[in-house]
Amino acid sequence: MSDATLPKPTAPALQKKRGRILGNPGLVVAALVLGLITLMAVFAPLIAPHDPYVQVLDDRLIPPAFVDAEMSDPRYLLGTDNLGRDYLSRLIYGARISLLIGLLTVLVSGVIGTTLGVAAGYFGGRVDTVVSFLITTRLSLPVVMVALAVVAVAGGSLRVVVLVLGLLLWDRFAVVMRSATMQLRNLEYVAAARSVGCSTPRILLGEILPNLVSALVVVASYEMAQAILLEAALSFLGLGVQPPLPSWGLMVAEAKEVMLFDPWVILLPGLAICILVLAINMLGDGIRDATAPEGRS
Amino acid sequence: MLRFTLRRLVLAALVGIAVSFIAFMLLRVSGDLAIALAGEDASPADVERIRQEYGLNRPIIVQYGEWLWRALRGDLGRSLFYPESVANLILTRLPVTLSLAGMGLVVAIVIALPLGIVAALRRNTWVDRTALGIAVIGQAMPNFWFGLLMIFVFGLALGWLPISGSDSFAHFIMPAITLGWFSAPVLMRLTRGGMVEVMTSDYIRTAHAKGLPARVVVLKHALRNAIVPVVALCSVQFGNMLSGSVVIETVFALQGIGYLAWEAISRRDFPVVQGILLLVALFYVVLTLLADIANAWLDPRIRRG
Repeated sequence: MSDATLPKPTAPALQKKRGRILGNPGLVVAALVLGLITLMAVFAPLIAPHDPYVQVLDDRLIPPAFVDAEMSDPRYLLGTDNLGRDYLSRLIYGARISLLIGLLTVLVSGVIGTTLGVAAGYFGGRVDTVVSFLITTRLSLPVVMVALAVVAVAGGSLRVVVLVLGLLLWDRFAVVMRSATMQLRNLEYVAAARSVGCSTPRILLGEILPNLVSALVVVASYEMAQAILLEAALSFLGLGVQPPLPSWGLMVAEAKEVMLFDPWVILLPGLAICILVLAINMLGDGIRDATAPEGRS
Repeated sequence: MLRFTLRRLVLAALVGIAVSFIAFMLLRVSGDLAIALAGEDASPADVERIRQEYGLNRPIIVQYGEWLWRALRGDLGRSLFYPESVANLILTRLPVTLSLAGMGLVVAIVIALPLGIVAALRRNTWVDRTALGIAVIGQAMPNFWFGLLMIFVFGLALGWLPISGSDSFAHFIMPAITLGWFSAPVLMRLTRGGMVEVMTSDYIRTAHAKGLPARVVVLKHALRNAIVPVVALCSVQFGNMLSGSVVIETVFALQGIGYLAWEAISRRDFPVVQGILLLVALFYVVLTLLADIANAWLDPRIRRG
């Protein structure tokens, strides 16, 4: 075998993969939007034109220019809320809360769900029965109600919200990882690893887990979107992140009172949630299509 | 089939027990029940007396057993806020939530079935992509925000529909649309998937070959088979809607158990929260049990798996 022929078989495959990613405009746009929001969140103190907590009571509910050009104020690009806080700055800082809750929740739920799912799929038998029981039990619990009740007991803070959502949103991880592991378990290379005497942890970490990564990323993206929507709902109902933190869900709740005369106040934070969730979901869909072509039918 | 049903029944019963234990523990960790019952300014002696009287000093598992036994006979304790039993409170509010969920399901089906069928028939065309796009965008909206936008447009700006309360049919329209809208995408995807699979099968080709009109083939031959899992999923979605009613009923101030749950949580009236949680969870257990049995009955492959 000469050196020149070696890379040849992989080149078309790589190209195909690159083509699948770049040929999917949804995936590219989603990644760009998500990257932009992440940058915005990370560098919020540098980007935000104002302090998101400072109330200027003389400047309450100033509309943005696209709503009412005459009433608008060039200092406040997206207007101010009913306490005179700069809306754009609050929206920018709000991205931090949503992203942080989304990521941390997925970290907690991903660890729980993947552990349970891989264990059930690999060991089968009694382990599988117990895990299936846990999944069914979890699915029977009404998520919003349980989360609201726990926050009411433990107090509304970022940490509590992340823990509650993390402990509730692991079911899809478990379901997907379980069936994926079941398929992998019987493949020849896993049997080969077993027959040469690899230990179970080594098989799980070295042979099984690396092959679950793409499925894991896809589930993680959906659950992250789910967590962001749930945090918004909890905060909207007053039992999530507490004021004066600029959670987008909380901003919708605060805007509710003035919605009759200033509907834009309710429109903007909702749109922000929408765009972020849409980008995350589209990223998940795109990754699924790029990594598992048989998933497209 | 009998074996499958029995196994599934045992699982449902075990899940029911687990869920009831979680509901029971929620009330216990919410604070000292004896203080809640005696009132904030009761003397320590009074609190101790109540603790003795209600048996709150006994092992937790004994208390759980007793609580479960009472709950099974419909006694869920008393509300800390209303001068009423929890069971009564829930029963007076339940019809509102059941109607809401029922109407929500109708909305979801009306959106999902036609879109799913058309998307499957025009697979990979702009119709298919539009239907999928609607589903993706719809899922990205926070449901409370969607509800508020409807309130603004149809309630405040146009004045067509009442924006809060539960006195008439009109009060249910916007909440039902909101609830149904968010269930529709799941149903649509399943309908589309099922139809795609069925439409490529041999017997549909035969039906076409016989010269049957396309309408008959699609609606009579294909849909009938594709719809089975969709019907089963509808039952699960109905259960999801009961739990989703917390947000929707709060947005529209609809006096169902979802709104009651939110009020009770805000007031720390945990016996009521516990009762609603238990009821909604058990509803879900029963509905998924029915869905699984229906699926297995209609599709023998599931029974063995």
